[in-house]
Amino acid sequence: MAAAPAGSGGVPGARVDWRLAAPLGLTYLAFFAAPFAILLGISFYADAEQTRLGLDSWTKFYGDAFYRKVIFDTLKLGVFAVLATTLLAYPLALVFRASSPRVQRLLIFIILMPLLTSVVIRTFAWIVILAREGVLNQTLIGLGLTSTPLNLLQTELGLVIALTQIEMPLMLLPLLTIMNQMDQNLVDASRALGASKWRTFFRVILPLTLPGWIAGATLVFASATTAFISQSVIGGARLVYLPSLIWQQSMVVYNWPFAAVASLTLLFTVLAGIMALGWLGRFARTS
Amino acid sequence: MQRSTPGDVAYTWIIGLLAGLGILILIGPVLVVIATSFTTSQTLKFPPPGLSLRWYGELFNPARSAQIHTAALNSLWVAGLATAIGGVLAVFAALAISRVARPSARVLEASFLSPLVLPTLSYGLAALMFFSVLGIRPSLNLLIAGHLVVIAPFVFRTTLASLSQLDPALLEASANLGASRLYGFRRITLPLIAPGIAAGCFLAFISSMDNVPVSLFLSTARTAMLPIRMWGMMETTLDVRIAAIAGVLILATLILMIVMDRLTGLTRRMSG
Repeated sequence: MAAAPAGSGGVPGARVDWRLAAPLGLTYLAFFAAPFAILLGISFYADAEQTRLGLDSWTKFYGDAFYRKVIFDTLKLGVFAVLATTLLAYPLALVFRASSPRVQRLLIFIILMPLLTSVVIRTFAWIVILAREGVLNQTLIGLGLTSTPLNLLQTELGLVIALTQIEMPLMLLPLLTIMNQMDQNLVDASRALGASKWRTFFRVILPLTLPGWIAGATLVFASATTAFISQSVIGGARLVYLPSLIWQQSMVVYNWPFAAVASLTLLFTVLAGIMALGWLGRFARTS
Repeated sequence: MQRSTPGDVAYTWIIGLLAGLGILILIGPVLVVIATSFTTSQTLKFPPPGLSLRWYGELFNPARSAQIHTAALNSLWVAGLATAIGGVLAVFAALAISRVARPSARVLEASFLSPLVLPTLSYGLAALMFFSVLGIRPSLNLLIAGHLVVIAPFVFRTTLASLSQLDPALLEASANLGASRLYGFRRITLPLIAPGIAAGCFLAFISSMDNVPVSLFLSTARTAMLPIRMWGMMETTLDVRIAAIAGVLILATLILMIVMDRLTGLTRRMSG
């Protein structure tokens, strides 16, 4: 058999070794697929006591304007998180690309540090910063930008700011990878042919790095829409998203069928976001 | 190169400012929480009125923080076992599909990676319902099973990446020289992919220690996990000890990260 070159995708004729794949595969079937099947089954109970089958939980959830708004707000939060992380991650990735190896190592460290700090602690830090007597308000008052402290906790703005930090490494890591692989000649050629830096960014750098952005955006979207701790602690009781609804319905009200519907809705919401991003990637490649 | 137009100057400035803001947002909260942990005051005032180790003393006082200690030990136990078991299964799975171009391999790869993007919060509730339908009472073993599923993808991904860079000629040479497949695996494949496995295990361990979505539904008062305990503390009292826990966790992670970087080139691996 001819040897495939190192780093190539596959060896001709190679087959999946099922004896090696089976242990993890069976574990996933037992502890991942089966629980989701049970979740789906429980969603078809009509009442909290799980005595009667029916579609009542589904119709109640999707028939109520309040719950539809919760779905919409959750989607919106995910989109805002993607936009905010994009706005900061692209410039950071461009600076990273232009930096010396020593500065790059420092930047990687700064990017990894929050990722390796517990999400609970990152949320805690934002409470210290965003509170009425917190760091941000003190700074704003000190600079004379505002005379009364702003309410940032329990607002969507405050939550998006916190999520931007919490999710940014997920956007940055794939983006940095693809930026490093980008051919500098293409950028130089664009500039030499007279394109402005803006035009070079939007017509050369952005399209070339889109796959990395899509990978990052997928992770940020999936993570921001399900960030229960940040949503509940910074959002408070006033802002309701799908994760807090699931928690409340399952562990406070004990309406499991309804919680199952909310839980599957969260799953569909995340899948819809991932599929939309994937579609965007294909669309970008063909256009 | 052409001369800079006002637009180009604006581009450089805007990119620089946004990148600076990005760095500030990334690192600021971590610095604020570390500074807060050394405060003398009863509250979370920043900047702290004075510096002391008071809250670290409270945190390490066995009588005062017994619940936190139990939760920390539970988390370490679950993360350790889930990483060990999940790691072995994930390495096997990566070996099974590496260099296979068939559709079945792509399907397996996508399934094994799916917990990275599917909402683990939905999974946490599903796991609770599943175990309750089976009539199994909550225990640390259930938590290990739940964690294992959501952290195995980290090891699977890094191992697969290491395997794709392994030169198959090395294995063929060893086979031609009469080595058995197992010997070749033990003496060639394993040492070469070990850094990838270690990096994946590091990420898996950290993410298990930090796991909220699964622990939220599967842990009880008896099997409390550290992040859930901290969430409870944050919801009720805004206890300054949380900042001290943060200080300890950040220091521990930092040390672990530097060790891992020396051993495996973790930062290189994570940036691609």
